[in-house]
Amino acid sequence: MLNYDLVVVGGGPAGMAAALQAKEEGVEKIVILERAETLGGILEQCIHTGFGLHYFGEELSGPEYAGRFIAEVEKTDIDVYTDTMVLDVSKDNVVTAVNNKDGLIQIKAIAVVLAMGCRERPRGALSIAGSRPAGVMTAGTAQKYVNIDGYMPGKKVVILGSGDIGLIMARRMTLEGAEVKVVCELMPYSGGLKRNIVQCLDDFGIPLRLSCTVIATHGKERLEGVTIANVDEKLKPIPGTEQYIECDTLLLSVGLIPENELSNGVGIELDRVTGGPVVDEYRETLHKGIFACGNVLQVHDLVDYVTEESKIAGKGAANYIFGKKQGGTFINTKGINGVRYIVPQRVNIENKEDVKLYFRVGQVYKGAKVVVECDGNILSSKKKVMLAPGEMENVKITPEMLKNMNENSEITVRIEE
Amino acid sequence: MKKNLICVSCPLGCPIEVEIENGEILSVTGNTCKRGDKYARDELTNPVRSLTTTVKLIGGALPVVPVKSSKPVPKEKMFQCMKLINEASIEAPVKIGDVVIKDILGSGADIVVTNNDNGK
Repeated sequence: MLNYDLVVVGGGPAGMAAALQAKEEGVEKIVILERAETLGGILEQCIHTGFGLHYFGEELSGPEYAGRFIAEVEKTDIDVYTDTMVLDVSKDNVVTAVNNKDGLIQIKAIAVVLAMGCRERPRGALSIAGSRPAGVMTAGTAQKYVNIDGYMPGKKVVILGSGDIGLIMARRMTLEGAEVKVVCELMPYSGGLKRNIVQCLDDFGIPLRLSCTVIATHGKERLEGVTIANVDEKLKPIPGTEQYIECDTLLLSVGLIPENELSNGVGIELDRVTGGPVVDEYRETLHKGIFACGNVLQVHDLVDYVTEESKIAGKGAANYIFGKKQGGTFINTKGINGVRYIVPQRVNIENKEDVKLYFRVGQVYKGAKVVVECDGNILSSKKKVMLAPGEMENVKITPEMLKNMNENSEITVRIEE
Repeated sequence: MKKNLICVSCPLGCPIEVEIENGEILSVTGNTCKRGDKYARDELTNPVRSLTTTVKLIGGALPVVPVKSSKPVPKEKMFQCMKLINEASIEAPVKIGDVVIKDILGSGADIVVTNNDNGK
């Protein structure tokens, strides 16, 4: 069995930032285990720009953003195993992995950082009627085909879901000569950035149909068309609004699911809303010595925030390894009145640093207030020009605020219109 | 003549109305902040876009390598740029920043590589 101070599962932006931060804090033996052939994670196929505005103060493409962290990792003595699949993390922090060079590997770790990221919600989760012809795939799969493998998966495209990946792929497929006929969005609003709606759809005259979904696929060997229909307030298709659209490709951009099979294997408690582990302000899960960060913890819209969060996890893991972890009393955070969830879900009240509580709202608000309250005291109240489900927000909790709390306290964040 | 735009400077997405007469902008309304005004004027006089795509890579670990325009190119030249880029190729090894096409269509923007590929 190998011995490491820190094992990082996943070599995307989250895993690299956590490993680099732990190294900077003085952790000696660190290894990153990565399933793909190279470090970088999903950024490798996100060739559009818009990454790094917050963290680097400049606009980079995905591979460029990843490239900066890969170069930093290469400068250190952090070990990297690529093409390596982690099969199991045990309750006593033994990580079991496999690759075709070393065979089965077992690593005893003092601390583990889970940074496995997300998976796209597949067609099977949508229950669209029809046969199973070729040409139906997730937007991310198409993105890999076009940007990494260099081939076009279709010529006439319908996209279901107007999240940013769907919008980005509408432009990408159009630039490469495909005809994107329509983007359908089930909800009455798009989860994508305004910028992407304008520059990926409007620029090319691609229609965005809100409150509309794909109800059937047609074709036997290859997709020949889809039937779309408008939906009512309960998101149910409205009879009589069906419309047939000829296409050979249907791209699905219908949500991301944190990939927590390993976390479940250890028995780590997950948050039912985020789908990721319940963590404290250092992103430690309820299992001692196991931390989580990046999209496996909560779906982010900006990689810059992934980096920020992962550095916190890296620091937390380093503190744990050095036995510097503070004891103390943990209290819960809770989102109410329009706040769907909060990460971290628990905070140590003896914490000596500012803690940012990240959250998402359930609908669009204009000119509403974000109110933070604890035991009947308003800790902060801030008016926001705009709050939208697609934009992660945060509020700051200072050590001053935590001073007067006890084990029965609960911090709530809510929206007041 | 009136022209309607959606500002993309921030998530607010203000609907902006611009009044133009003989190519001259008379008024910009609907924006919440200064950035909206600038966005509308730029968008109507000289709309530009960052272009990202891939270019054929010879002898690389992967068949293509991602590229971007070093600065935004005129919006109406995007498809012309795509045609040139799709006709081009570059030989591995390549690194971030390598120039594939210099000053594409006289726009002043270079098409540069955005990932490293050390070859097979």
